Amino acid sequence: MYNRPLETKTLRYMHILVNGEAREVADSYTAAQLIDDMNLAGKRIAMEVNMEIVPRSSFAEHTFNEGDKVEIVMAIGGG
Amino acid sequence: MSSVMQTNPLTPDDSFRVGSRSFSSRLLVGTGKYKDMDETRRAVEASGAEIITVAIRRTNIGQNPGEANLLDTLPPNQYTYLPNTAGCYNADDAVRTCRLARELLDGHNLVKLEVLGDEKTLFPDVIQTIAAAETLIKDGFEVMVYTNDDPIIAKRFEDMGCVAVMPLAGPIGSGLGIRNPYNILTIVENANVPILVDAGVGTASDAAIAMELGCDGVLMNTAIAGAQNPVLMASAMKKAIEAGREAFKAGRIPRKRFASASSPIDGTFF
Repeated sequence: MYNRPLETKTLRYMHILVNGEAREVADSYTAAQLIDDMNLAGKRIAMEVNMEIVPRSSFAEHTFNEGDKVEIVMAIGGG
Repeated sequence: MSSVMQTNPLTPDDSFRVGSRSFSSRLLVGTGKYKDMDETRRAVEASGAEIITVAIRRTNIGQNPGEANLLDTLPPNQYTYLPNTAGCYNADDAVRTCRLARELLDGHNLVKLEVLGDEKTLFPDVIQTIAAAETLIKDGFEVMVYTNDDPIIAKRFEDMGCVAVMPLAGPIGSGLGIRNPYNILTIVENANVPILVDAGVGTASDAAIAMELGCDGVLMNTAIAGAQNPVLMASAMKKAIEAGREAFKAGRIPRKRFASASSPIDGTFF
């Protein structure tokens, strides 16, 4: 009865490109977690994935796909 | 500061309307090229500008977390942000930039569209600019468009539905002044939307000339930020814009080749 291996949920990882830098993330990783990990929580930013806007209101649910190209932008000084 | 609308008693009701918005200052300033955020803030305040341009760029990845940012220094509830598409060389990138800006600024739809053609001149790629403007206008943006000092193209942008047309006076950052005042004048005379000189201003007299030609406003960055004393130049530009506007409203005398005495000829005792 003990020969069945423990059932562990295998975390699958994938690669996404965030502002041109590769990141390895779990497949359950959300846009909100990414923003947290980049110390951008509460900052005025906007995100697009594969050239489509991801609204801030959906960061908590938004997960990524292998190879996603993520851009996270802010307003800076400019003319 | 933008929250206090100052009116000139000599020119009441001379507010400056762009699309759905109304302003008292006719000087629009960029926020780039300053030494630091404090200098940016002091120059913008001295300019009296209510509309400030900003660029949209990648967030710095994990660096300088404590550094002051533009939105803290010049809060969007006190200034009208005008996100630009600087650095875009095709319509698609410009449209993406505007959509990101709108998301970033909670649906704010006023943008400065510029699609550049060449790194050396930073002259606009008018064909790409037209393509971007069409998409943006359909998507609900109020587009203030940077373009050449070409009256035909300026009219085309107006007819498309751009809320303001902003011909260059000279190349961006060049300080060459108004290279073709007759074209600017023709653009102004033909227009039913605000015409703003955008780019090329070097010093206060350039800004005054733009206003004397009848422009509705002037947008500048380098002329202030690159001056030896940016805050003082910002103040000078504010005055130049106001002086030029008043002179335009007052109606200048015609140019004559020869003199016309200012003192009476009658009653001389010599």
